[in-house]
Amino acid sequence: MDLAGYNEEMSDSISSDEVKHVANLARLRLTSEELETFTEQLRAVLDHAKDVEALQLDDIEPMSHPLPIENTMREDIPNQMLRPSEFLSEAPAVEDGRFLVPKILGEEA
Amino acid sequence: MSGRVPEKYQSASEIADLVTTREISAVEILDRYLNQINEHEEDVHAFNLVTINEARAAAKETDRLIVEGEKPGPLAGVPVAIKDNLCTKGIPTTASSKILEGWKPPYDATVVKKLKEAGATIVGKTNLDEFAMGSSTENSAFGPTRNPHDLSCVPGGSSGGSAAAVAAGFAPIAIGSDTGGSIRQPAALCGVVGVKPTYGGVSRYGLLAFASSLDQVGPFATSVKDAAIVHEVIGGYDPLDSTSIKQASNSFVQVIDEGVNKLKVGIISELMGGIDGITHEVIEQTNKAVSALSDAGAQVEEVSLPAALYCLSAYYLIAPAEASSNLSRYDGVRYGLRVDGANLKEMNVNTRTEGFGDEVKRRIMLGTYALSAGYYDAYYGKALKVRRLLAENFADLYKDYDVLLSPTSPCTAFKLGAKVNDPMTMYVNDVCTIPSNLVGHPAISIPFGSGKDGMPIGVQILAPPMKESVMYQAARTLEQASQ
Repeated sequence: MDLAGYNEEMSDSISSDEVKHVANLARLRLTSEELETFTEQLRAVLDHAKDVEALQLDDIEPMSHPLPIENTMREDIPNQMLRPSEFLSEAPAVEDGRFLVPKILGEEA
Repeated sequence: MSGRVPEKYQSASEIADLVTTREISAVEILDRYLNQINEHEEDVHAFNLVTINEARAAAKETDRLIVEGEKPGPLAGVPVAIKDNLCTKGIPTTASSKILEGWKPPYDATVVKKLKEAGATIVGKTNLDEFAMGSSTENSAFGPTRNPHDLSCVPGGSSGGSAAAVAAGFAPIAIGSDTGGSIRQPAALCGVVGVKPTYGGVSRYGLLAFASSLDQVGPFATSVKDAAIVHEVIGGYDPLDSTSIKQASNSFVQVIDEGVNKLKVGIISELMGGIDGITHEVIEQTNKAVSALSDAGAQVEEVSLPAALYCLSAYYLIAPAEASSNLSRYDGVRYGLRVDGANLKEMNVNTRTEGFGDEVKRRIMLGTYALSAGYYDAYYGKALKVRRLLAENFADLYKDYDVLLSPTSPCTAFKLGAKVNDPMTMYVNDVCTIPSNLVGHPAISIPFGSGKDGMPIGVQILAPPMKESVMYQAARTLEQASQ
């Protein structure tokens, strides 16, 4: 099996601006010190992943799961489920049988 | 650890027999183990929580059933420690993260439910790397667990608390989860048996998700037979887990002593020196295991698993990608920690920034990046193709071989703090265990000798999906050879 191909379009190393962007997408805030450390560490992991990026695998089907699973449906019969109150009792803030969150309307996206 | 529970009370099957025949009560067994916990837990820190009152109530109930002539189940009175990422009804479940502070699940994980039904006594929740992300149990919000064989060393991870609990004699059985080696690697480092079952063979219902296509729940034990007994109890189809295998058959113990005569065993050459970083003494010890199998009548040959060279990289793209999606649920709305903010986004950011530790943040960001536009094909997409290649490699090998063999961990237990600041060095600890997770196959780690430092070494046996019987037979043979 010859896996080690040559890929001309290898990605550049991750930049601190990209880490900042990704942190924002993941709803995380980083101090400038953390940004520096995380950038360095993520770069090391992604540099290691260059071996995978360099492989020529055009004819291979991706495999996202170990089992060939389709949608799994259960029989449409009533069974005993947890009551909403059992979940709500563990939430940080609740009002009128619902999860309470800070104001959303009028917020910038 | 001094003051261990006497040998006749160390095996799960023997405890169950003695309790069932009323030679000793479940409460007495529990008290013996609680004494050992009392004496050494301060040094080891295997537990996030010891549930003394609930355990005593459960043991009393087991004794009551037996007195009344009812069948108590195959684990009657057996103390079991549960990794703290498995839901226990009304008992705090933290995943060793600040973000789940104060959370009490409203239900039991299926595995926990089955253990209780089998008569087990749940003794507590064990420490782990936060959300099972790590190989040393140092990434816990509640402080590290220490290796009972040498308190200056890590127990491995992420199920380090469970492995240490069994090694320290705090419980004869513990339950862990294995996403990239998180049962097998700590089992190897702590000198106990650890099993990752076939993906879909044991229910994941009630397991806090890390990487859903890789996660699997399994047992730690002091013997192969005990591990098989617990595997039979916790395994089987569960309609509450949509990835549960319907034809899950579980009878391993019955055939465990059938030996390895005529069995064909492949030694994975890539993990015996082909990949850098696997220490000489580990390879040497694994070769002794090869000889032991050969002496017992197995036909042993060296084989190649070429895609193994790329598994570490593929795993550290796939697992973080799935984690970044799974951990988006920790948003300060439905459970655990909320740190207020002026609006919803600020509240989400404040909660997650304060609630997650560094390794979890690192993996969430790595996964978010690997899935992001422009990088998806280069990283995540490529990793999934490596996964397919690996599955094809395995399928080819299993046409000719019954089981495969390799080291479990590239090295013996290392010192606390030695690798914690260098993620890539830490990740290499999983190099031998990751392939089984990527393809969903079962694997077991069995203690087999020790290194120059006197610390345990584990050998790994890999088997095709749902072929745990033959895996346990080979493991049992190695266990007998090592005694």
